[in-house]
Amino acid sequence: MNQSLIQLKGIVKQFPGVLANDHVDLDIRPGEIHAILGENGSGKSTLMSVLAGLYKPDGGKILVDGVEQKFRSPRDAIACGIGMVHQHFKLVEPFTVAENITLGEKGNSFFLANKELKAKINELGNKYGLEINLNAKIWQLSVGEKQRVEIVRMLYRGSKVLILDEPTAVLTPQEAGELFENLRRMASAGCAVVLITHKLNEVEAIADRVTVLRQGKLAGVLEQGQINAKEMVRLMVGRAVASKYDRDSSPVGGIVLELDKVNAFNDMGLPCLCEMTLCVREGEILGLAGVSGNGQREMAEVIAGLRRVESGKVLLNNGNISNLSPRSIIDLGVAYVPEDRLGMGLVPELNALENLILKNYHQPQYSGRWLLKSKAVERNAETLVKQYQVKISSLHQPVKVLSGGNLQKLLLAREISSSPKLMVVIYPARGLDIGATEAVHKLLLELKTRRTAILLISEDLDEIFKLADRVGVVYNGQLTGDFPVEQADLEEVGLLMTGSCSTRERVNDDEPAHI
Amino acid sequence: MSIQEFLIPLLAASVIAGTPILYAALGELITERAGIINLGVEGIMLVGAVSGFMVAVTSGNPWFGLLASMMAGGAVALIHAFLTITLRANQVVSGLALTIFGTGLSGYLGKAYIGIPVENPFSVMPLGPLADIPFIGPIFFQHDALVYISYVLVLVIWYYMYHTRPGLNLRALGENPAAMDALGLNVFYLRYIYVVAGGALGGVGGAYLSLAYAPSWLENMTAGRGWIAVALVIFALWNPWRALMGAYLFGGIDALGFRLQVLGIQMSPFFLKMLPYLFTVLILVFVVARHKGRLSTPGALGLSYDREER
Amino acid sequence: MNRLTFKLEKRLTPSPVMVFIIPLISVLLALLLGGIFLVLTGEEPLTIYLLMFEDSLGSKYGLTETMVKAIPLMLTSLGVSLAFKMKLWNIGAEGQLYMGAMAATWLPLTFPYLPVYLMLPGMVALGMIAGGLWALLTAIPRAIWKVNEIITTLMLNYVAILWVDFLVYGPWRDPNGSNFPITASFVEAARLPGLGNSRIHTGLFFALALAVILAIVFKYSRWGYSINVIGSSERAARYAGMNIKRNILLVMFLSGAISGLAGMAEVSGIIGKLQHGISPGYGYTAIIVAWLSKLNPLAILIVSILFGALQVGGYAVQLVGVPATVATMLQGAILFFVLGGEVFTNYRVKLFSEKGEDLSK
Repeated sequence: MNQSLIQLKGIVKQFPGVLANDHVDLDIRPGEIHAILGENGSGKSTLMSVLAGLYKPDGGKILVDGVEQKFRSPRDAIACGIGMVHQHFKLVEPFTVAENITLGEKGNSFFLANKELKAKINELGNKYGLEINLNAKIWQLSVGEKQRVEIVRMLYRGSKVLILDEPTAVLTPQEAGELFENLRRMASAGCAVVLITHKLNEVEAIADRVTVLRQGKLAGVLEQGQINAKEMVRLMVGRAVASKYDRDSSPVGGIVLELDKVNAFNDMGLPCLCEMTLCVREGEILGLAGVSGNGQREMAEVIAGLRRVESGKVLLNNGNISNLSPRSIIDLGVAYVPEDRLGMGLVPELNALENLILKNYHQPQYSGRWLLKSKAVERNAETLVKQYQVKISSLHQPVKVLSGGNLQKLLLAREISSSPKLMVVIYPARGLDIGATEAVHKLLLELKTRRTAILLISEDLDEIFKLADRVGVVYNGQLTGDFPVEQADLEEVGLLMTGSCSTRERVNDDEPAHI
Repeated sequence: MSIQEFLIPLLAASVIAGTPILYAALGELITERAGIINLGVEGIMLVGAVSGFMVAVTSGNPWFGLLASMMAGGAVALIHAFLTITLRANQVVSGLALTIFGTGLSGYLGKAYIGIPVENPFSVMPLGPLADIPFIGPIFFQHDALVYISYVLVLVIWYYMYHTRPGLNLRALGENPAAMDALGLNVFYLRYIYVVAGGALGGVGGAYLSLAYAPSWLENMTAGRGWIAVALVIFALWNPWRALMGAYLFGGIDALGFRLQVLGIQMSPFFLKMLPYLFTVLILVFVVARHKGRLSTPGALGLSYDREER
Repeated sequence: MNRLTFKLEKRLTPSPVMVFIIPLISVLLALLLGGIFLVLTGEEPLTIYLLMFEDSLGSKYGLTETMVKAIPLMLTSLGVSLAFKMKLWNIGAEGQLYMGAMAATWLPLTFPYLPVYLMLPGMVALGMIAGGLWALLTAIPRAIWKVNEIITTLMLNYVAILWVDFLVYGPWRDPNGSNFPITASFVEAARLPGLGNSRIHTGLFFALALAVILAIVFKYSRWGYSINVIGSSERAARYAGMNIKRNILLVMFLSGAISGLAGMAEVSGIIGKLQHGISPGYGYTAIIVAWLSKLNPLAILIVSILFGALQVGGYAVQLVGVPATVATMLQGAILFFVLGGEVFTNYRVKLFSEKGEDLSK
């Protein structure tokens, strides 16, 4: 019988306004890959943060090797052999890999990473098959490489339990596969791996056991033989979930948005869009797949007028909108739902009334010469909140108190109500639970029936295949692959996302560029 | 007068005039590297100046005065640390409050000491054979002890920051405190240490004015040097060697003022006094504009750290 | 042994009760701390506080003087609050005040025979433009290159004060002034009329009017809304199509202009000439006042009076040998306590017993 390595008993964690963990139990055995499954908001990240020493539980016990532990800080957890790799990497960008790995280490040498240390790290990497370049600077690395640095860092600290928080969120399907191989190797070498995820296929692919959380409570634990999708969904959501939407199949109209060989630079001054060319038609959803960091955000900003077009053209209904001011572009009927909901799309300290007129407060229906028409503003907010079913206790509260789903609904309410000709939306369902995701998707499909052209940028291939009429892939600032959704193949799209050429469409006839 | 006769005393004077700014800038540098911005440097320097002076006069020993200035500067900085780190107050306003408070406090305490001479100020100590090297000698090695200490300090801080583990942690602290926290380092404790240490250095900078440069006590005797030190940290790009060069550059502008008259350039003394401030503005604009706003500012500078912030 | 620990837990929304009570408690605590300090340095706090109160608010003369000191404070604080609303840290109110005073002085010195209905409005205009331009000098690098305005505005304070010194020690010095660094006294037409026989001048009406205007602008106007958005989240403001650069320039200019007006009002309403040291640091105190008032224009009026009283009280205690800097110290201390107290509006303090029980439930 396998003795438990880690046991969580009755963990309670409260945040202002929400009980994130409600008496949750967890049991981890050595050498197993244990998945923590739940939708966004189920409390899985919180639970793991408690285990990693980041949060102090309001109730319950943590047992390591049968002994109760109290973690006052991550340091205590690390000392017990528990290491966490977060979704948002805790890496210092300007430093090298070696510096980051040895960062914050207790005792040992006063002086910096020397040959001995480096040899030790390389040895670790070889043991688990994780390749890293010790002298590279973090900002130079790809996302998958950064993740590897995080993992090696934890192993270097002697972690017996490695917790990974949504690790594949930022990886291509191929990189995810590599990660899973590494994890299996680590598990067989004795390390326990805890995988926080909301993706069912991952759990099926790799987990030995899975603990399912729902709304802060323990919903169930499935052993090796019991793991299947239907059972997991039942535990996660408590009801059946649509796997496909009914889609409007009326024909699309003329070209609304066209990018013609657009070049642009990113914040570091490096080229991020290279001769980007695409088009979106009236009533069509073009879904762009791609790992984040390939120029998607910059492309959206270029279209919205928030980033310079260095060369090439952006055309809206055949009119050149390249480098027009953001306000002009808004007035021309372009809506933009950014990935940064609460820092860009909405102003966190302002209330719903103020946020809902963010883009059109200057228009005559909301303001006179000098003063705002407060009655009109209020009426607008009341209507929209009702229409889009935004759960909000007061229109006068700062919007930062709203949940992710309601924030997104509020944002969409504002953008859609402006009856745009073109809507650009990035990662619309990121961080949302299944219910909110459904609502958001339905809103987008409804917008489509109103003949708006929609450019949907997402990393979630599931989402794209559910919503898009056409599927495209963005890689290195270019469009590689563009086909109707019926002809799109999941594996092929995944390959294109990593830069390999599909067998059907070649970007460059000279090099297949397989990575 | 030959170039040498003019230049050497000018450069030597630059070092002296730049030393108080250097101390204050080094203090602010480590504070900001830890992620906290302390705009109270001016007030801290004044508190350091007056307490150093008071203790030196009373005890007859300038080194006791130095110690007092460090403790006073550190104590005042502790207020800022408590407000900004534990109570998460706005760092800009807290620093300004510190300046106002420190200015008032120093004026209050120092009232009785205006016009009183200090018996044993820090006096010039030529460093033996080093002082005899032509050109370099008189510029760097014919000063008082505090100047020599500042040389060593720059070296120590540089080595600490770039070649030791705690120094690495310091740099990471200002870039990404969340990372340090997740790795088990006590962000709050470390920040407290660096803010207080920065305050202590600021105090020394002030003490230099009252115990070596002037030496005497006058209300508001720092005349904005604390602010110049803050600006200096920015265009030194948070690097100790550049801070040293910048401090001496400012010392030079200061010292140049008097000497322009010798060169036959007639300028109203008021314009001469304006030079350091105008210079600061111009250099700041130049440096920041050149980097197009992409300065190597510590990533988390000025932000409160809250582990459970969701 | 029972070990208590406390923890700070962020509140969802700031507590309205605390927002009001905290400044009050802060003032009281600061006075308490000041009292302790005075005792430690051998003074009698009660006597001193009483004296300060009597001479500032307890007598007709005191009240007048308090108002006189409050007027430039009101104006500079209003100016500063406008900039702060947009998170522009204008520390240069002092210099903007000096430049305003200087520019306003130019008119009666150059054209002493102007009639009052041209002279006074002219001085107001010059004062405001000069203050505005002085602020604009720092706004331009801020808008274009994001150069930190804290340092630039501050440096220009020193430059402005030295510039005025240059003028009053030099070209503008009154030939009949016995070599003091002062200009000739202004003609009658260049003096702001007072209320009745008192020293309280029409600058007070400027302040009241501006406070009302700003209150309306902040709360109800289009422009106020955009300032609010930009100050709250520059990224969202850009995304929404607002013109950030233009607003930075505009806001800083107006902020400086209002402080410039304060300068004009001081030399025209009270001093009657330009001289060295026309301001005992109003521009810096303004920052405290603005922050304490939470940038609310009407609250600024009240807090300015309080701080004016503090200042007058500070002068009064000089007569018993206590340095006037005690007032500055108290101001700094009040701000400390307000800053510290703010934590209670944004966070809830929870007590935990040794076992980890939440005692505050």
